[in-house]
Amino acid sequence: MYVAVKGGERAIDNAHAWLAEERRGDTTIPEMSVGQIREQMALAVNRVMAEGSLYDPDLAALAIKQSRGDLIEAVFLMRAYRTTLPRFGYSEAIETAEMACDRRISATFKDAPGGQVLGPTFDYTHRLLDFKLAADGEVSEAATATPRQEATPHITTFLKGEDIIQDEPQSDAVPGDLTREPMSYPAGRALRLQALARGDEGFTLGLAYSTQRGYGRNHAFVGELRIGKVAVEMEIPELGFAIEIGEVELTECETVNQFTGSKTEPPQFTRGYGLIFGQSERKAISMALVDRALRWEELGEDNLGAIAQDEEFVLSHSDNIQATGFLEHIKLPHYVDFQAELELVRKLRAEAEANLAASEPAQEAAE
Amino acid sequence: MKTEEAQAARKAWMGLLAKASPEQLAELWSGLGAEPDFTWLRPPEIGGVMVRGRMGGTGAPFNLGEMTVTRCAVSLDGGAVGHGYVQGRDKHHAEIAAKVDALMQGEMADVVERSILTPLRDTQTATKTARAAKAAATKVDFFTLARGED
Repeated sequence: MYVAVKGGERAIDNAHAWLAEERRGDTTIPEMSVGQIREQMALAVNRVMAEGSLYDPDLAALAIKQSRGDLIEAVFLMRAYRTTLPRFGYSEAIETAEMACDRRISATFKDAPGGQVLGPTFDYTHRLLDFKLAADGEVSEAATATPRQEATPHITTFLKGEDIIQDEPQSDAVPGDLTREPMSYPAGRALRLQALARGDEGFTLGLAYSTQRGYGRNHAFVGELRIGKVAVEMEIPELGFAIEIGEVELTECETVNQFTGSKTEPPQFTRGYGLIFGQSERKAISMALVDRALRWEELGEDNLGAIAQDEEFVLSHSDNIQATGFLEHIKLPHYVDFQAELELVRKLRAEAEANLAASEPAQEAAE
Repeated sequence: MKTEEAQAARKAWMGLLAKASPEQLAELWSGLGAEPDFTWLRPPEIGGVMVRGRMGGTGAPFNLGEMTVTRCAVSLDGGAVGHGYVQGRDKHHAEIAAKVDALMQGEMADVVERSILTPLRDTQTATKTARAAKAAATKVDFFTLARGED
């Protein structure tokens, strides 16, 4: 029989105190400030903002410090903080065409107006460890050139003239918000994009890769990838007009997918879309590929039974906080559940042994 | 027409204040030396705004994720009402933004414009231009190699 017990407070307190000490590490090494993390671990900060679904670089840097660099734990802290915030409202839809681009490339159009702007990229580096960074290396100043003044239009707008790429349907319908109502299926593209934007990078990458390897194949080109800052406007009820309430750094990816046509659509190029807080092009490209795979139904394509085409599967498993919460809870005390299982297995085993014993004399007699 | 212009001007300075660095704004504010008497219509409050994107960059809206915003409202003794809506979680930032918004509607507008808004605008332009200049230096110049047919 199991008797309910209390206890563990002292052990828990001491464990947390030790955690704090381990978090600090060797005290002869200088402590990292939140500002250092924000500035020097910027891509980790970006990932925590994207998957935490809350744009605030200082908070994300604090979360990374508190979580000892465990980014999913940091995302968890961001999500928990987010739930304490009153919701002031919804912004106007941002205009990524007006982005101040740090980077803007196209794999499809070499001579796109605005050009191929590489920005601060890891691409074309040799991926060799740079031991100069282990020493106190001085950073040489980046080169500059005359800044472009004109806007950088989306590359897909150049294909539209020919009517050879599918147009984005226009609508002013209020999109569903998964932070307000529980998901139900079919979810529709607006909710899919919201879920993918905050989904786990690794999971999204794996799914996107599966579509490239043939599970729901839709051959994607990166029509455009851009990174930069975009202003956010919101209508202020007490003013009666919209003002800019800030700006966010975003990564946007538009894929252009070969499409031979279906029962309902003529042969044309179709699109997948990825939009992510911060600088995260791996995630943005992944999101665009998964978005495109999930659009099979509206484009009249066949369901090939690929995982990346299964909206409910993808959206139910993309959130790493839901996933880790359920996964990790099994390490917490389940003494009573297990005691019940133990009793059950003991009983079944006793019955099986009794049955065996009852049948043995008969067997002997038969021999 | 007059009110439309006034609205556009207010929209511009509120946006400038929202994006300003809290440190720079606080420094400029103390440099102004104005400490107007005021009452809170809404004390500073930290909250979230859901940012919306567009499918494919141009299509129907969807909810992308939230950002932190701090807001407040003040009423100056002269009667002017100022609103502060600023990015982030700095309550002092929102307070100064609201006071600047209120002062910009009164007699001090020219002084505030000169000593606060102009320097903020200059900083934002300089930051933006510096990034754009670095981006421009990473623009690829393609050239065609001689094909050696002749």
